[in-house]
Amino acid sequence: MMAGAVQGLLKRIMPQLVILAAALLLNFIVFPDFFHVDFRNGRLFGNIIDVLNRGAPTALLCIGMTLVIATRGIDLSVGAVMAIAGATAASLVVDGHGWFTALIGALATGAICGFWNGILVAVLRIQPIVATLVLMVAGRGVAQLITEGTILTFLNPGLIRLGAGTILGIPTAIVIWICLGAFVAFAVRRTALGMLIESIGINEASSRLAGINSRVLLVCVYLVSGLCAALAGVIVAADIKGADANNAGLWLELDAILAVVIGGNSLLGGRFSIVASLIGALIIQSVNSVILLSGMPPEFNLVIKAILILGILVIQSPKVSYIWYMLRASGPQPQPDRKTPRPHRATEEKTQ
Amino acid sequence: MTDDTAQIATPPGAQDAPMLRAIGISKFFPGTIALDDVALTLHRGEVHALLGENGAGKSTLIKCLTGAYKRDAGVIELEGVAITPTSTAESQHLGIGTVYQEVNLLPNLTVAENLYLGRQPMRGGLVSRRRMVAEARAVLADYGLDVDPGEPLTRYSVAVQQVVAIARAVEMSGKVLILDEPTASLDRDEVQLLFSVIRKLKARGLAIVFVTHFLDQVFEISDRATVLRNGRVVGTRLLNTVSQHDIVTLMLGRQLEAKVHDRQGGTAGEMLLEVADLGKRGMLEPFSLALHKGEVIGLAGLLGSGRTEMANLLFGAVPADGGTLRMHGKEIRVANPRDAVRHGFALCPEDRKTEGIVGDLSVRDNIVLALQARQGWMRPIPRAKVNEIAEHYVRTLDIRLASLDMPIRLLSGGNQQKALLARWLATSPDFLILDEPTRGIDVGAHAEIIALIETLRERGMSLLVASSEMEELVAYSTRVIVLRDRRQVAELTGAQITADNIVHAIADDPARGAA
Repeated sequence: MMAGAVQGLLKRIMPQLVILAAALLLNFIVFPDFFHVDFRNGRLFGNIIDVLNRGAPTALLCIGMTLVIATRGIDLSVGAVMAIAGATAASLVVDGHGWFTALIGALATGAICGFWNGILVAVLRIQPIVATLVLMVAGRGVAQLITEGTILTFLNPGLIRLGAGTILGIPTAIVIWICLGAFVAFAVRRTALGMLIESIGINEASSRLAGINSRVLLVCVYLVSGLCAALAGVIVAADIKGADANNAGLWLELDAILAVVIGGNSLLGGRFSIVASLIGALIIQSVNSVILLSGMPPEFNLVIKAILILGILVIQSPKVSYIWYMLRASGPQPQPDRKTPRPHRATEEKTQ
Repeated sequence: MTDDTAQIATPPGAQDAPMLRAIGISKFFPGTIALDDVALTLHRGEVHALLGENGAGKSTLIKCLTGAYKRDAGVIELEGVAITPTSTAESQHLGIGTVYQEVNLLPNLTVAENLYLGRQPMRGGLVSRRRMVAEARAVLADYGLDVDPGEPLTRYSVAVQQVVAIARAVEMSGKVLILDEPTASLDRDEVQLLFSVIRKLKARGLAIVFVTHFLDQVFEISDRATVLRNGRVVGTRLLNTVSQHDIVTLMLGRQLEAKVHDRQGGTAGEMLLEVADLGKRGMLEPFSLALHKGEVIGLAGLLGSGRTEMANLLFGAVPADGGTLRMHGKEIRVANPRDAVRHGFALCPEDRKTEGIVGDLSVRDNIVLALQARQGWMRPIPRAKVNEIAEHYVRTLDIRLASLDMPIRLLSGGNQQKALLARWLATSPDFLILDEPTRGIDVGAHAEIIALIETLRERGMSLLVASSEMEELVAYSTRVIVLRDRRQVAELTGAQITADNIVHAIADDPARGAA
């Protein structure tokens, strides 16, 4: 049974894996040392490690975003929630609290933000894009109030370790996103949550009549999204040793949505794969890396990124998939031949 | 096989060449043959019924004719010229117009705009509204419609919208008109309005294809019928030479047995559910109801009389204003469907597509959905158990599918309904509410669902079944509650339950009945 599940997962994420491999290959072509990994001062170094490390915020965001999108929603506020959570953590350590208190405080703030979004969407029935837009706009203001308009810097080693430290030689951020991603992906599939979330996303009226508590589930997914954003915010703040209310997580909600889409998840809700979204986040980071490593002038960056992303989306578009399917299925019609022998065999088995 | 497929009846007065001839049409889908060497001939001025169970290939054939699907083999000739439309727009242009069950017009545009969308009368590069409205009025008058073309389409009934859709199709195409279940959501008078339009078009020499599940209507309006089964033509018949029974036998490939209803065991069982003064203002006047084990209560009434509302109130889908529910003598609270499911209620809603199925989820997940929802997300049903449940119901209810993994939206209507029944039977409910369980499904599945209601009753389940088909209600009900104008007006028991009595109760004024 386990083997079947793994096989199913592989089949689902194959397109994303192929694209990721291509993106990494491109990195290798522009920079032959790309896959070279060093172990120095008790830490792994290398470009591939950088991709995994720099991709952490987007990867964390896309875990929650995948769930939200599966319910046919969207969470535009994650970037702003990152700023709020970063500011909360920073102000707590600056006030002399320990790093753990700061982390818990930041996560609690993220949970409150997610809860707020969830109430707007699930109880007040505001369209998700509008409901989360409120916090997207207001959130940076809240973050500025917390930092009192400055970039709040800190030197708390515990907090800094969350962004720049290592666990067994692996940068902490990588460990965090891989563990959280694996945990959430595993949790939704080993419980019935995944199916219930998909069911709500596909047809909420039917789901409600089948006895599913859609309201609570909706609040939960926005809450998870808020928590993921808070964690990402703490990592970003720890990485630069300061909370920047204006720029922390700026536009990152769009990268997270893009990662989910590259992961092959429909914005119309329904079937989802967190693993595929995470690979989507890595693809985006690999594209960023190609641009950096190729040594092109920085003013080209955004345009090249757009072109590469467009290419990826075209490859995944229904039209191209269909052509691909037809190419593979071409040749003589196999169906009629396959269909006819079946009844014969069935009767033979019976007579034996 | 008693019927000979070679017997292609020709309608009287069809001396000229056919309007449309389709020969050897085949269409394959992965794993199935949807159409196998299908032939269809349409003459001018003919209404040709296309019949078959769900999944027989009616829709596929229509889609091949209109170019919505690309056929894999076969020839289509329109007025003797071979055509291969690659889109519905192209087939419309060639002369084949289609009107679907769900009216595919734009409800917030005006009637005139809907009629002329894409080919508005122009003046000086701008749409001439005045001319468009005037022309629309003239065209619609031809169809016996006296409506204001300047009004939004939504202001008018589904029947009027349906006629507007037909007018649009005929004005654009004008040779072949395909009507795909046009009467499914119409009441009796509206059907007559539609039929008068069809008769006019017939006189104008159009070839009309009429797809429906209502055999009475087939015999009323059609000249010939072609019956499909499992993607093949099993016969084409001149309808004035055959009986309904012949056609049903062709469709099913077997004889329908007349079910004899025994009304024993009605209220003998113990009391299950007592409802007192349950109601909601503006929706349904408070009603009371006592339901015993092994009872089937039929809910009769016209569309909008409050049948669906009663079902929804009982299930908590719509919160009630007041009233109490007692189950096994203990008072219970049903504020939402979750409460209802917990107390052993189940509801198959009237609108399968928007309130029943979860389209993109697999048939397997759809079947276990309610059971899983009741267990809560923390306790997933093990995969093996899920398969066991799904396979059990696929077998016992004879749900026809290629695989349990396929999305449920790909199943035919009858099979979707059975899967929904399976969803609820899997929760082993005490009280099953069925709202129009046989609407829009084929004759075979229809008979199976009625038989299933009998079986469930015999096993001691209590059912409440809302239906607009009198014969059906008579067949399975141990009691019939009649609703009119959103309140209960009569209750029939035992020998009182006849189609005549139900119709009288629906139609009669209460004051006159009391006198």
